[in-house]
Amino acid sequence: MLNSIINIIFIPEIFLASTSFICLLFGLYTNKNSFRQTCNFAFLILLSTTVLIYFNIGSNFANYDMLFSKSSFINFFKILVLVGSAASIIISKDYFLGIKLINFEIPILLLFSTLGMMLMISANNLMSMYLAIELQSLSLYVAAAIKRDSLSSAESGVKYFILGALSSGILLYGFSLIYGFTGSMNFDEINFYLLRYENLNLGLIFGLVFVMVGLAFKVSAVPFHMWTPDVYEGAPNSITAFFAIVPKIAAVALIYRFCLVPFENFYLEWSQIVIFLSVASMFLGAIAAIAQSNIKRLLAYSSIGHIGYILIALVAANDDGVKASSIYMFSYMVMNIAIFAILLSIKVKNEYLVNISDLKGLSKSNPIVSLSISIIMLSMAGIPPFIGFFGKFYVFIAAIENELYVLSILGVLASVISAYYYLRIIKIMYFDNKNNEEQLIFKISFQSKVILSLSLFIIICFILYPSLLINISASLTI
Amino acid sequence: MVIYSLTFYLFSSVAVLSALMVISAKNPVHSVLFLILSFVNASGLFVLLGAEFLAMILVVVYVGAVAVLFLFVVMMLDINFVKLREGFLQYLPFGALLGIVLVFELGILYLTDRSTNIYNNQIPLEPVINEIENTKMIGQILYTDYFYLFQICGLILLVAMIGSITLTLRDKGGVKRQSIVTQNTLEASNAIEKKRAKLGEGIE
Repeated sequence: MLNSIINIIFIPEIFLASTSFICLLFGLYTNKNSFRQTCNFAFLILLSTTVLIYFNIGSNFANYDMLFSKSSFINFFKILVLVGSAASIIISKDYFLGIKLINFEIPILLLFSTLGMMLMISANNLMSMYLAIELQSLSLYVAAAIKRDSLSSAESGVKYFILGALSSGILLYGFSLIYGFTGSMNFDEINFYLLRYENLNLGLIFGLVFVMVGLAFKVSAVPFHMWTPDVYEGAPNSITAFFAIVPKIAAVALIYRFCLVPFENFYLEWSQIVIFLSVASMFLGAIAAIAQSNIKRLLAYSSIGHIGYILIALVAANDDGVKASSIYMFSYMVMNIAIFAILLSIKVKNEYLVNISDLKGLSKSNPIVSLSISIIMLSMAGIPPFIGFFGKFYVFIAAIENELYVLSILGVLASVISAYYYLRIIKIMYFDNKNNEEQLIFKISFQSKVILSLSLFIIICFILYPSLLINISASLTI
Repeated sequence: MVIYSLTFYLFSSVAVLSALMVISAKNPVHSVLFLILSFVNASGLFVLLGAEFLAMILVVVYVGAVAVLFLFVVMMLDINFVKLREGFLQYLPFGALLGIVLVFELGILYLTDRSTNIYNNQIPLEPVINEIENTKMIGQILYTDYFYLFQICGLILLVAMIGSITLTLRDKGGVKRQSIVTQNTLEASNAIEKKRAKLGEGIE
């Protein structure tokens, strides 16, 4: 009996959920300023859940497969989500203390959202997929509006909530059509049912399109990206960091699984949608970012562009595509952790940095920080020898293997355009003269410094031993 | 059989009449009370159909939550209902048109049902009551096959609760709360101070 209880408790999701409750009670019943301890506690919880997933602990319940599934791909993405979430909690702790936003509920909400993302990645049923999406987005709506006395934060929360609810509605309509025409909610059973057919009938195509639209909202692919820049701009910086780093990973994993498991044999039907989403996201991400003066908006458009490249790998729809997506997602996470760790510790005139022009003259006052930003920007632009290059490289290899020549040429073009605004930041830091005497202050806590240097180390030194990650990602199966 | 039809007609006629009263009552509070009566009668109809779970849910959700909410709105907010009623005659032709369309469609449905005659022999007039009542059946599925989904729903509700408290609770300073411990441990020597007032002067 005891043995089985221990077995159940160490299933990663159950462990995360139950320790989150403990964390909630801990925050509630300790003294008033428990924010710092709750953050540390949340960090520990996320790390130990990562260890549990790494050692692949779990057991088989009755009806377990009906709603839930498990594979190396799922485990890889779950680890990415957990590590990203843990890192973003640590780098944002000092920012929250700096703006005096010390509700202990913030790390709790982020924990629940992470739990939702884990369930989302491993969903094997339309119902569990929907509920997991709701769990993660409900926590994020609250997180976006958490700065109650700021108008822009409330605006971003409401915008995110309304558009998220709309996309959930579209998603559910798609689910109902798919369920109506196949008679099942389970991914494997839908796949099995569809084996009998050569072509999808009209109802199923409608269902597929609606679900893809709903998922495109969640990954913020063009033309369903409108909320991203506004929400990123309005939310507090550290919540923006979380938005940029974590939910995208889970949503990408989900869109991969949705396309490649139930609709495995109907490549032609969904690939048209994905090709459009991918090309539009890459170009809009590259072109719209040029005109931005707010660095959070710029990073929002940059993330839209990155989603475009990941969707190329989805169109490739082979083992190389899965491999490329996991490498790309890893590099995306590391680069975003690094850039946000820096952004959350720069202050201009006693306020946290928002405008790109405030970076002028950083190379004189803070050469090491400006060098790190330059490295991250070069890596995001996909310039070798940094990690961002490998992400794009494997995506294009996967596309070329599957003879998607036009798509890969368009991808390279968009990548060249996007290099402009990444390089512009470097130019502003190194070559623009500072016209007024504003002192940039860079103050970073020890823990964020560790995370920042670790991610910079990965960005720079990935080229020395790339096969470590590449071998793992080559062995992943959906 | 006779009792069954009698109960059916009792419940349905009370439901329809109270629905009529909802829209014709002058006093809005009376309207809401008639709405509750109508809901309760509808749930009685559900019981007759053998769907006792739906009947209970109808009472709990609609009577317990929605109608009481209406009552609150009607009583708390100062809405001028006479003014809301003013456009009644103006909208009457449009409403009548909708009613006619509905009656027409119902007639077509009835006629096709008569002419095709598919269902007449199959559907029994009274529902078949199973050995296991449907609350139990729903419970058996919900807590076994879909236990996982049930748990996630619980988590979502928890997050909604945490979120609404975080976003709305404001900790006001200066609120005086009763602390029973300090009240009970208070002694006369700490609480009462004796002072001697001089003649012609007060105490500061």
